[in-house]
Amino acid sequence: MLDFGVIVSNFRFLIVQGLFGLGGFAGGTLRLAIPAIALGFVLGIFIGLARLARSRWLSLPATLYVEFFRGVPLVMVIFWIWFIIPQLLRLPIPEYGVALTAFVIFEAAYFGEIVRAGIQSVPRGQVEAATAVGLTGAQTMRFVVLPQAIRNMVPALVTQMIVLFKDTSLASIIGYVDLTKAAQIVNNREIKPFELYLFIAIVYFIFTYSMSRFARRFERRPTAA
Amino acid sequence: MNYQFKWSVLWSGQSGVWLLQGLITTVEISALAWVLAAALGILSGALRTVPWKPARALATSYVEFFRNVPLLVWMFFWYFGVPPLLPRAIQDWIFNHGAEFWAGMFALGVYHGARMSEVIRSGIQAIPRTQFEASVAMGLTTFQAYRLVIVPIALRLIVPPATSESLNLLKNSSVALTISVAELTFQTRQIETYTAKAIEALTAGTVIYLVLCVGIAAIMARVERRFAIPGLIARGG
Repeated sequence: MLDFGVIVSNFRFLIVQGLFGLGGFAGGTLRLAIPAIALGFVLGIFIGLARLARSRWLSLPATLYVEFFRGVPLVMVIFWIWFIIPQLLRLPIPEYGVALTAFVIFEAAYFGEIVRAGIQSVPRGQVEAATAVGLTGAQTMRFVVLPQAIRNMVPALVTQMIVLFKDTSLASIIGYVDLTKAAQIVNNREIKPFELYLFIAIVYFIFTYSMSRFARRFERRPTAA
Repeated sequence: MNYQFKWSVLWSGQSGVWLLQGLITTVEISALAWVLAAALGILSGALRTVPWKPARALATSYVEFFRNVPLLVWMFFWYFGVPPLLPRAIQDWIFNHGAEFWAGMFALGVYHGARMSEVIRSGIQAIPRTQFEASVAMGLTTFQAYRLVIVPIALRLIVPPATSESLNLLKNSSVALTISVAELTFQTRQIETYTAKAIEALTAGTVIYLVLCVGIAAIMARVERRFAIPGLIARGG
Protein backbone atom coordinates (compact mmCIF):
# COMPACT_ATOMS: atom_id res chain seq x y z
CA MET A 1 0.00 0.00 0.00
CA LEU A 2 2.79 2.40 0.88
CA ASP A 3 4.82 3.41 -2.12
CA PHE A 4 8.01 5.28 -1.43
CA GLY A 5 8.85 5.25 -5.14
CA VAL A 6 6.98 8.55 -5.29
CA ILE A 7 9.88 10.13 -3.37
CA VAL A 8 12.44 8.83 -5.85
CA SER A 9 10.53 9.98 -8.92
CA ASN A 10 9.94 13.46 -7.47
CA PHE A 11 13.23 13.79 -5.60
CA ARG A 12 14.60 16.47 -7.90
CA PHE A 13 11.53 18.68 -7.57
CA LEU A 14 11.31 18.28 -3.80
CA ILE A 15 14.97 18.92 -3.07
CA VAL A 16 16.24 21.14 -5.89
CA GLN A 17 13.09 23.27 -6.07
CA GLY A 18 11.60 22.90 -2.61
CA LEU A 19 14.67 22.93 -0.43
CA PHE A 20 17.21 24.93 -2.46
CA GLY A 21 14.88 27.00 -4.67
CA LEU A 22 16.86 26.34 -7.84
CA GLY A 23 13.98 25.17 -10.03
CA GLY A 24 11.44 26.95 -12.19
CA PHE A 25 9.63 28.70 -9.31
CA ALA A 26 11.06 31.46 -7.17
CA GLY A 27 11.03 29.39 -4.01
CA GLY A 28 13.18 27.32 -1.71
CA THR A 29 13.27 26.81 2.04
CA LEU A 30 16.98 27.62 2.37
CA ARG A 31 16.74 30.68 0.12
CA LEU A 32 14.19 32.07 2.55
CA ALA A 33 15.61 30.81 5.85
CA ILE A 34 19.21 31.99 5.50
CA PRO A 35 18.54 35.68 4.73
CA ALA A 36 15.68 35.70 7.26
CA ILE A 37 18.01 34.44 9.99
CA ALA A 38 20.76 36.94 9.10
CA LEU A 39 18.49 39.98 8.77
CA GLY A 40 16.32 39.00 11.75
CA PHE A 41 19.41 38.76 13.93
CA VAL A 42 20.74 42.15 12.79
CA LEU A 43 17.40 43.83 13.48
CA GLY A 44 17.24 41.90 16.76
CA ILE A 45 20.59 43.34 17.89
CA PHE A 46 19.24 46.87 17.45
CA ILE A 47 16.01 46.00 19.28
CA GLY A 48 17.86 44.31 22.11
CA LEU A 49 20.20 47.30 22.51
CA ALA A 50 17.28 49.72 22.31
CA ARG A 51 15.48 47.87 25.11
CA LEU A 52 18.50 48.38 27.34
CA ALA A 53 18.98 52.01 26.37
CA ARG A 54 18.79 54.57 29.16
CA SER A 55 16.55 56.82 27.10
CA ARG A 56 12.86 56.04 27.39
CA TRP A 57 12.35 57.17 23.80
CA LEU A 58 14.36 54.14 22.73
CA SER A 59 13.51 51.55 25.35
CA LEU A 60 9.73 52.02 25.39
CA PRO A 61 9.10 51.52 21.64
CA ALA A 62 11.49 48.55 21.64
CA THR A 63 9.64 46.99 24.59
CA LEU A 64 6.28 47.51 22.91
CA TYR A 65 7.65 46.01 19.69
CA VAL A 66 8.83 42.88 21.49
CA GLU A 67 5.68 42.46 23.57
CA PHE A 68 3.44 42.99 20.55
CA PHE A 69 5.10 40.46 18.27
CA ARG A 70 5.48 37.89 21.02
CA GLY A 71 1.74 38.07 21.67
CA VAL A 72 0.63 37.49 18.08
CA PRO A 73 0.83 34.33 15.94
CA LEU A 74 3.30 34.38 13.06
CA VAL A 75 0.54 33.37 10.66
CA MET A 76 -1.25 36.60 11.56
CA VAL A 77 1.89 38.66 10.87
CA ILE A 78 2.32 36.98 7.48
CA PHE A 79 -1.26 37.91 6.56
CA TRP A 80 -0.71 41.48 7.74
CA ILE A 81 2.33 41.92 5.51
CA TRP A 82 0.59 40.15 2.67
CA PHE A 83 -2.36 42.57 2.70
CA ILE A 84 -0.72 45.76 3.88
CA ILE A 85 2.45 46.13 1.84
CA PRO A 86 0.70 46.01 -1.56
CA GLN A 87 -1.78 48.58 -0.21
CA LEU A 88 0.98 50.89 1.02
CA LEU A 89 3.28 50.62 -1.96
CA ARG A 90 0.50 50.24 -4.52
CA LEU A 91 2.36 47.50 -6.32
CA PRO A 92 2.23 43.73 -6.09
CA ILE A 93 5.00 42.13 -4.01
CA PRO A 94 6.18 38.59 -4.79
CA GLU A 95 5.57 35.96 -2.11
CA TYR A 96 9.28 35.87 -1.41
CA GLY A 97 9.33 39.54 -0.40
CA VAL A 98 6.23 39.16 1.75
CA ALA A 99 7.53 36.08 3.53
CA LEU A 100 11.01 37.50 4.10
CA THR A 101 9.64 40.77 5.48
CA ALA A 102 7.23 38.96 7.81
CA PHE A 103 9.91 36.61 9.16
CA VAL A 104 12.47 39.36 9.72
CA ILE A 105 9.99 41.61 11.54
CA PHE A 106 8.54 38.79 13.63
CA GLU A 107 11.72 36.93 14.55
CA ALA A 108 13.59 40.15 15.35
CA ALA A 109 11.41 40.43 18.47
CA TYR A 110 12.64 37.02 19.65
CA PHE A 111 16.26 37.67 18.64
CA GLY A 112 16.03 41.00 20.48
CA GLU A 113 15.10 39.25 23.70
CA ILE A 114 18.04 36.87 23.33
CA VAL A 115 20.43 39.76 22.73
CA ARG A 116 19.06 41.61 25.75
CA ALA A 117 19.40 38.57 28.02
CA GLY A 118 22.91 37.96 26.71
CA ILE A 119 24.03 41.51 27.44
CA GLN A 120 22.43 41.43 30.88
CA SER A 121 24.32 38.24 31.64
CA VAL A 122 27.62 40.15 31.52
CA PRO A 123 28.48 41.21 35.08
CA ARG A 124 28.12 44.91 35.83
CA GLY A 125 31.70 45.03 37.11
CA GLN A 126 32.96 44.43 33.56
CA VAL A 127 31.37 47.67 32.39
CA GLU A 128 32.68 49.56 35.41
CA ALA A 129 36.18 48.20 34.86
CA ALA A 130 36.04 49.16 31.18
CA THR A 131 34.95 52.67 32.08
CA ALA A 132 37.67 52.86 34.72
CA VAL A 133 40.39 52.09 32.18
CA GLY A 134 39.04 54.87 29.98
CA LEU A 135 36.94 53.21 27.28
CA THR A 136 33.99 55.14 25.89
CA GLY A 137 30.49 53.68 26.00
CA ALA A 138 30.65 52.43 22.42
CA GLN A 139 34.12 50.97 22.96
CA THR A 140 32.94 49.20 26.12
CA MET A 141 30.08 47.66 24.18
CA ARG A 142 32.30 46.63 21.28
CA PHE A 143 35.39 45.30 23.05
CA VAL A 144 34.13 44.16 26.44
CA VAL A 145 30.39 43.52 26.64
CA LEU A 146 29.43 42.14 23.22
CA PRO A 147 32.24 39.56 22.91
CA GLN A 148 31.21 38.03 26.24
CA ALA A 149 27.48 38.46 25.61
CA ILE A 150 27.59 36.75 22.21
CA ARG A 151 29.32 33.75 23.75
CA ASN A 152 26.51 33.43 26.29
CA MET A 153 23.87 33.87 23.60
CA VAL A 154 24.99 31.11 21.25
CA PRO A 155 22.78 28.26 22.54
CA ALA A 156 19.64 30.41 22.61
CA LEU A 157 20.51 31.89 19.21
CA VAL A 158 20.86 28.49 17.58
CA THR A 159 17.56 27.39 19.15
CA GLN A 160 15.88 30.45 17.67
CA MET A 161 17.45 29.75 14.29
CA ILE A 162 15.97 26.26 14.41
CA VAL A 163 12.57 27.74 15.24
CA LEU A 164 12.87 30.16 12.33
CA PHE A 165 13.96 27.40 9.99
CA LYS A 166 10.87 25.41 10.90
CA ASP A 167 8.66 28.50 10.70
CA THR A 168 9.61 29.08 7.06
CA SER A 169 7.19 26.25 6.25
CA LEU A 170 4.41 28.76 6.97
CA ALA A 171 5.42 30.71 3.86
CA SER A 172 3.67 27.97 1.91
CA ILE A 173 0.35 29.39 3.17
CA ILE A 174 0.69 32.38 0.85
CA GLY A 175 1.89 30.19 -2.01
CA TYR A 176 5.66 30.44 -1.66
CA VAL A 177 7.12 27.22 -3.10
CA ASP A 178 9.26 25.93 -0.25
CA LEU A 179 9.78 22.32 0.76
CA THR A 180 6.31 22.04 2.29
CA LYS A 181 4.58 23.59 -0.73
CA ALA A 182 6.62 21.39 -3.07
CA ALA A 183 5.36 18.32 -1.20
CA GLN A 184 1.80 19.65 -1.46
CA ILE A 185 2.19 20.17 -5.22
CA VAL A 186 3.54 16.66 -5.71
CA ASN A 187 0.81 15.26 -3.47
CA ASN A 188 -1.94 16.93 -5.51
CA ARG A 189 -0.71 14.94 -8.50
CA GLU A 190 0.30 11.66 -6.88
CA ILE A 191 -1.99 11.44 -3.80
CA LYS A 192 0.66 9.90 -1.57
CA PRO A 193 0.33 12.12 1.53
CA PHE A 194 1.80 9.72 4.09
CA GLU A 195 5.00 9.06 2.15
CA LEU A 196 5.51 12.66 1.04
CA TYR A 197 4.88 14.39 4.37
CA LEU A 198 6.94 11.82 6.23
CA PHE A 199 9.77 12.39 3.77
CA ILE A 200 9.82 16.17 4.18
CA ALA A 201 9.53 15.71 7.96
CA ILE A 202 12.77 13.73 7.76
CA VAL A 203 14.44 16.37 5.57
CA TYR A 204 13.51 19.11 8.05
CA PHE A 205 14.66 16.90 10.90
CA ILE A 206 18.10 16.35 9.37
CA PHE A 207 18.69 20.11 9.23
CA THR A 208 17.24 21.07 12.60
CA TYR A 209 18.74 18.16 14.48
CA SER A 210 22.24 18.83 13.19
CA MET A 211 21.83 22.47 14.18
CA SER A 212 20.82 21.47 17.70
CA ARG A 213 23.77 19.06 17.96
CA PHE A 214 26.02 21.93 16.97
CA ALA A 215 24.49 24.13 19.67
CA ARG A 216 24.98 21.46 22.31
CA ARG A 217 28.68 21.28 21.53
CA PHE A 218 28.90 24.98 22.28
CA GLU A 219 27.10 24.58 25.57
CA ARG A 220 29.53 21.99 26.77
CA ARG A 221 32.64 23.94 25.85
CA PRO A 222 33.89 25.58 29.01
CA THR A 223 33.77 29.35 28.77
CA ALA A 224 36.85 31.26 29.76
CA ALA A 225 36.27 32.76 33.17
CA MET B 1 -2.58 55.06 0.62
CA ASN B 2 -6.11 55.18 -0.57
CA TYR B 3 -7.90 52.95 1.88
CA GLN B 4 -11.45 53.53 3.08
CA PHE B 5 -11.74 52.36 6.67
CA LYS B 6 -15.08 50.86 7.59
CA TRP B 7 -14.87 49.43 11.08
CA SER B 8 -18.56 48.61 11.19
CA VAL B 9 -17.86 45.48 9.10
CA LEU B 10 -16.72 43.90 12.34
CA TRP B 11 -20.13 43.99 13.96
CA SER B 12 -22.53 44.20 11.04
CA GLY B 13 -23.64 41.01 9.32
CA GLN B 14 -22.02 37.75 10.26
CA SER B 15 -18.60 39.05 11.29
CA GLY B 16 -19.21 39.29 15.02
CA VAL B 17 -20.56 35.75 15.18
CA TRP B 18 -17.63 34.47 13.13
CA LEU B 19 -15.10 36.11 15.39
CA LEU B 20 -16.78 34.67 18.45
CA GLN B 21 -16.94 31.19 16.91
CA GLY B 22 -13.31 31.49 15.90
CA LEU B 23 -12.33 32.51 19.40
CA ILE B 24 -14.23 29.58 20.90
CA THR B 25 -12.64 27.11 18.47
CA THR B 26 -9.18 28.52 19.18
CA VAL B 27 -9.71 28.15 22.91
CA GLU B 28 -11.16 24.65 22.52
CA ILE B 29 -8.44 23.28 20.29
CA SER B 30 -5.73 24.90 22.43
CA ALA B 31 -7.18 23.65 25.71
CA LEU B 32 -7.53 20.05 24.50
CA ALA B 33 -4.09 20.13 22.87
CA TRP B 34 -2.65 21.61 26.06
CA VAL B 35 -3.97 18.70 28.13
CA LEU B 36 -2.43 16.24 25.67
CA ALA B 37 0.83 18.20 25.58
CA ALA B 38 1.04 18.42 29.36
CA ALA B 39 0.43 14.68 29.75
CA LEU B 40 2.96 13.74 27.07
CA GLY B 41 5.40 16.35 28.33
CA ILE B 42 5.30 15.25 31.96
CA LEU B 43 5.55 11.58 31.01
CA SER B 44 8.39 11.94 28.52
CA GLY B 45 10.14 14.65 30.53
CA ALA B 46 10.21 12.40 33.60
CA LEU B 47 11.24 9.35 31.56
CA ARG B 48 14.22 11.28 30.19
CA THR B 49 15.68 11.51 33.68
CA VAL B 50 15.03 8.01 35.03
CA PRO B 51 17.97 5.68 35.67
CA TRP B 52 16.89 3.22 32.96
CA LYS B 53 18.38 3.61 29.51
CA PRO B 54 15.65 2.17 27.20
CA ALA B 55 13.04 4.52 28.73
CA ARG B 56 15.37 7.49 28.28
CA ALA B 57 16.10 6.51 24.68
CA LEU B 58 12.40 6.14 23.84
CA ALA B 59 11.47 9.48 25.37
CA THR B 60 14.44 11.22 23.74
CA SER B 61 13.56 9.98 20.27
CA TYR B 62 9.96 11.14 20.70
CA VAL B 63 11.09 14.59 21.78
CA GLU B 64 13.78 15.08 19.17
CA PHE B 65 11.75 13.86 16.24
CA PHE B 66 8.54 15.70 17.00
CA ARG B 67 9.91 19.06 18.02
CA ASN B 68 12.44 19.27 15.18
CA VAL B 69 9.88 19.12 12.38
CA PRO B 70 7.61 22.08 11.54
CA LEU B 71 4.15 22.00 13.08
CA LEU B 72 2.64 22.66 9.64
CA VAL B 73 4.18 19.44 8.33
CA TRP B 74 2.72 17.56 11.29
CA MET B 75 -0.70 19.06 10.61
CA PHE B 76 -0.59 17.80 7.01
CA PHE B 77 0.81 14.48 8.14
CA TRP B 78 -1.90 13.75 10.71
CA TYR B 79 -4.73 15.15 8.61
CA PHE B 80 -3.87 13.97 5.09
CA GLY B 81 -1.27 11.26 5.66
CA VAL B 82 -2.54 9.06 8.46
CA PRO B 83 -6.33 8.65 7.95
CA PRO B 84 -6.04 6.87 4.54
CA LEU B 85 -4.02 4.14 6.26
CA LEU B 86 -6.80 3.42 8.74
CA PRO B 87 -9.58 0.88 8.12
CA ARG B 88 -12.47 2.17 6.01
CA ALA B 89 -15.01 2.21 8.87
CA ILE B 90 -12.77 4.30 11.12
CA GLN B 91 -12.03 6.69 8.25
CA ASP B 92 -15.73 7.27 7.63
CA TRP B 93 -16.33 7.82 11.32
CA ILE B 94 -13.49 10.33 11.61
CA PHE B 95 -14.57 12.35 8.59
CA ASN B 96 -18.10 12.52 9.91
CA HIS B 97 -16.88 13.83 13.26
CA GLY B 98 -14.79 16.87 12.38
CA ALA B 99 -11.59 15.18 11.30
CA GLU B 100 -9.72 18.47 10.80
CA PHE B 101 -10.35 19.56 14.37
CA TRP B 102 -9.12 16.28 15.85
CA ALA B 103 -6.15 15.99 13.52
CA GLY B 104 -5.22 19.60 14.30
CA MET B 105 -5.63 19.05 18.03
CA PHE B 106 -3.54 15.90 17.89
CA ALA B 107 -0.77 17.52 15.81
CA LEU B 108 -0.67 20.51 18.15
CA GLY B 109 -0.67 18.37 21.29
CA VAL B 110 1.99 15.90 20.15
CA TYR B 111 4.26 18.67 18.84
CA HIS B 112 3.99 20.78 21.96
CA GLY B 113 4.22 17.72 24.19
CA ALA B 114 7.74 17.29 22.84
CA ARG B 115 8.54 20.92 23.57
CA MET B 116 6.91 20.79 26.99
CA SER B 117 9.01 17.73 27.72
CA GLU B 118 12.18 19.83 27.48
CA VAL B 119 10.76 22.35 29.95
CA ILE B 120 9.87 19.63 32.43
CA ARG B 121 13.18 17.83 32.02
CA SER B 122 15.11 21.00 32.79
CA GLY B 123 12.85 21.51 35.83
CA ILE B 124 13.60 18.01 37.08
CA GLN B 125 17.32 18.43 36.47
CA ALA B 126 17.26 21.65 38.49
CA ILE B 127 16.19 19.64 41.55
CA PRO B 128 19.18 18.52 43.61
CA ARG B 129 19.94 14.84 43.09
CA THR B 130 19.80 14.39 46.88
CA GLN B 131 16.00 14.80 46.83
CA PHE B 132 15.72 11.64 44.77
CA GLU B 133 18.30 9.81 46.87
CA ALA B 134 16.57 10.82 50.09
CA SER B 135 13.23 9.57 48.72
CA VAL B 136 14.71 6.23 47.78
CA ALA B 137 16.49 6.00 51.15
CA MET B 138 13.13 6.46 52.87
CA GLY B 139 11.87 3.41 51.03
CA LEU B 140 9.98 4.92 48.10
CA THR B 141 10.20 3.12 44.78
CA THR B 142 11.48 5.09 41.77
CA PHE B 143 7.91 5.55 40.55
CA GLN B 144 6.75 6.80 43.96
CA ALA B 145 9.74 9.11 44.24
CA TYR B 146 8.82 10.69 40.91
CA ARG B 147 5.11 10.87 41.61
CA LEU B 148 5.31 12.19 45.16
CA VAL B 149 8.52 14.20 45.26
CA ILE B 150 10.29 14.96 41.98
CA VAL B 151 7.41 15.81 39.64
CA PRO B 152 5.48 18.00 42.12
CA ILE B 153 8.60 20.04 42.89
CA ALA B 154 9.50 20.27 39.19
CA LEU B 155 6.01 21.49 38.27
CA ARG B 156 6.32 24.32 40.78
CA LEU B 157 9.75 25.26 39.44
CA ILE B 158 8.73 25.45 35.80
CA VAL B 159 5.69 27.74 35.97
CA PRO B 160 7.34 30.62 34.03
CA PRO B 161 8.79 28.60 31.10
CA ALA B 162 5.69 26.39 30.99
CA THR B 163 3.55 29.51 30.70
CA SER B 164 5.50 30.84 27.76
CA GLU B 165 5.35 27.41 26.13
CA SER B 166 1.58 27.28 26.68
CA LEU B 167 1.24 30.68 25.02
CA ASN B 168 3.27 29.34 22.10
CA LEU B 169 0.74 26.53 21.85
CA LEU B 170 -2.14 29.01 21.80
CA LYS B 171 -0.49 31.09 19.08
CA ASN B 172 0.48 28.01 17.09
CA SER B 173 -3.14 26.86 17.02
CA SER B 174 -3.44 29.39 14.18
CA VAL B 175 -1.49 26.96 11.97
CA ALA B 176 -4.60 24.72 12.05
CA LEU B 177 -6.21 27.06 9.55
CA THR B 178 -4.14 25.26 6.89
CA ILE B 179 -6.25 22.14 7.39
CA SER B 180 -9.37 24.36 7.50
CA VAL B 181 -10.09 24.29 11.20
CA ALA B 182 -12.37 27.31 11.65
CA GLU B 183 -10.32 28.94 14.39
CA LEU B 184 -9.69 32.63 14.95
CA THR B 185 -7.22 33.28 12.13
CA PHE B 186 -9.41 31.31 9.73
CA GLN B 187 -12.44 33.42 10.65
CA THR B 188 -10.38 36.59 10.31
CA ARG B 189 -9.53 35.54 6.76
CA GLN B 190 -13.17 34.73 6.15
CA ILE B 191 -14.28 38.23 7.18
CA GLU B 192 -11.61 39.66 4.92
CA THR B 193 -12.86 37.53 2.02
CA TYR B 194 -16.48 38.55 2.50
CA THR B 195 -16.01 42.25 3.21
CA ALA B 196 -12.68 42.98 1.44
CA LYS B 197 -11.70 44.95 4.56
CA ALA B 198 -8.34 43.41 5.35
CA ILE B 199 -7.06 45.91 7.90
CA GLU B 200 -10.21 45.86 10.03
CA ALA B 201 -10.44 42.07 10.01
CA LEU B 202 -6.76 41.54 10.81
CA THR B 203 -6.88 44.15 13.55
CA ALA B 204 -9.77 42.35 15.20
CA GLY B 205 -7.97 39.00 15.12
CA THR B 206 -4.68 40.50 16.29
CA VAL B 207 -6.28 42.32 19.21
CA ILE B 208 -8.06 39.16 20.37
CA TYR B 209 -4.80 37.19 20.31
CA LEU B 210 -2.99 39.96 22.18
CA VAL B 211 -5.68 40.15 24.85
CA LEU B 212 -5.64 36.36 25.27
CA CYS B 213 -1.85 36.20 25.56
CA VAL B 214 -1.41 39.20 27.81
CA GLY B 215 -4.33 38.06 29.99
CA ILE B 216 -3.00 34.53 30.42
CA ALA B 217 0.49 35.85 31.14
CA ALA B 218 -0.90 38.14 33.85
CA ILE B 219 -2.86 35.31 35.49
CA MET B 220 0.15 33.02 35.38
CA ALA B 221 2.36 35.65 37.00
CA ARG B 222 0.03 35.43 40.03
CA VAL B 223 0.06 31.63 39.90
CA GLU B 224 3.83 31.74 39.81
CA ARG B 225 3.98 33.82 43.00
CA ARG B 226 1.42 31.56 44.66
CA PHE B 227 3.31 28.34 43.86
CA ALA B 228 6.86 29.56 44.25
CA ILE B 229 8.75 27.35 46.67
CA PRO B 230 9.84 29.64 49.53
CA GLY B 231 13.58 30.05 49.72
CA LEU B 232 14.21 28.06 46.54
CA ILE B 233 13.45 30.43 43.72
CA ALA B 234 15.40 33.63 43.44
CA ARG B 235 12.89 35.75 41.60
CA GLY B 236 14.66 37.51 38.77
CA GLY B 237 13.95 41.20 38.28
